[in-house]
Amino acid sequence: MGPLFPQELISDPLNLFIAIFIGIGFGIGLEAGGFTNTRKLAGVFYGYDFVVLKVFFTAALTGAIGLFLMDSYGLIDINLTFYPKTFWIPTLIAGIVMGLGFILGGFCPGTSICAASTGKIDGIAFVGGVFIGIFGYAFTYESLFQNLRSKGGLGKANIAEKLGMSNELFIFIVLIIAIIAFIVVDKIQKRVNEKKPVEKIEELGL
Amino acid sequence: MKDRSNKYMNPYLAGFIIGLMLIAAYYFSGEGLGGSGAFKKVVVATINGVNHNYALNSAYCSPLVSEGKSPLNSWLIFEIIGVIFGAILSAAYFGRLNFKVGKSPKITNKTRIIAAIIGGILWGIGSQLGRGCTSGLVMSGMAVNALSGYIGLAAVFGGGYAFAYFFRKLWI
Repeated sequence: MGPLFPQELISDPLNLFIAIFIGIGFGIGLEAGGFTNTRKLAGVFYGYDFVVLKVFFTAALTGAIGLFLMDSYGLIDINLTFYPKTFWIPTLIAGIVMGLGFILGGFCPGTSICAASTGKIDGIAFVGGVFIGIFGYAFTYESLFQNLRSKGGLGKANIAEKLGMSNELFIFIVLIIAIIAFIVVDKIQKRVNEKKPVEKIEELGL
Repeated sequence: MKDRSNKYMNPYLAGFIIGLMLIAAYYFSGEGLGGSGAFKKVVVATINGVNHNYALNSAYCSPLVSEGKSPLNSWLIFEIIGVIFGAILSAAYFGRLNFKVGKSPKITNKTRIIAAIIGGILWGIGSQLGRGCTSGLVMSGMAVNALSGYIGLAAVFGGGYAFAYFFRKLWI
């Protein structure tokens, strides 16, 4: 029963070897989905290309449906995984900072690695920026961030539990919202691109 | 040969593949997919390599260096090595493996590069303060119904939409 490595059912080297293959699948999905093209990523904020929303929600929901199904059949115990702790104050502030970073930089860290490794010069610049940001954070951590980072701690908080519903019902609601969103964004995208298409729209492969 | 450089995989199929990798990551290793985590390990390993005593006494670095194991010997680093391979494989298949600046035709290369560096800096800081980026915080969090994932989702995309109008000249 999973998760295998935390229960010492697979060895450390095998775990790292598997990580490479999982990464390869992740990298193929990101590149083939168009996430090395910064204009496709930024499109979600301007309505001309919603590929981010489609790939992202499909991935998160595939993960959630798969994991909770496996949990209910006893194939994995989600409580034994590295379940993220919630610190709502720093996460909210950091999220807004990252949102601004998304609009300016046109990538997030994972997509920038794909873009940089396939020769996109803007991706290489972004990766450089991430390193500058983290070095800056590391050297100022104790004076600027350490205190803030542990504010608003709620432990391993589960959103379904907080809302007083089962995990299954919560995922079902998110699934319905996602399907509606997929239909609506297609209409928005069509309208935006008919009215005033962005330049060189053919590069986006829409 | 047919030009495939403007062709992309169906987004739902790409999302499904990433979702399967997410399940595999949790099943085999008990963790989600990450992006910024690998950056952190490289930064800590560099600081540790230059000045081990500084790293030991730094509240940021010490949890990763005090056991004497290299911070680079970690799941997230191996995962990102895979991501690099996967992206190169896919880009080679589609004929997108070339040096170019991705940007709106309306802005100069210089503007795009400066914006990309500033954006990267903001992500670097944000991902450390917020305990992860779009992959580790939001997507992997959402996959296990973690509250943090949904707060991250609302903040990253809400923030993006709030700022989009002011920087529209970069993109449209």
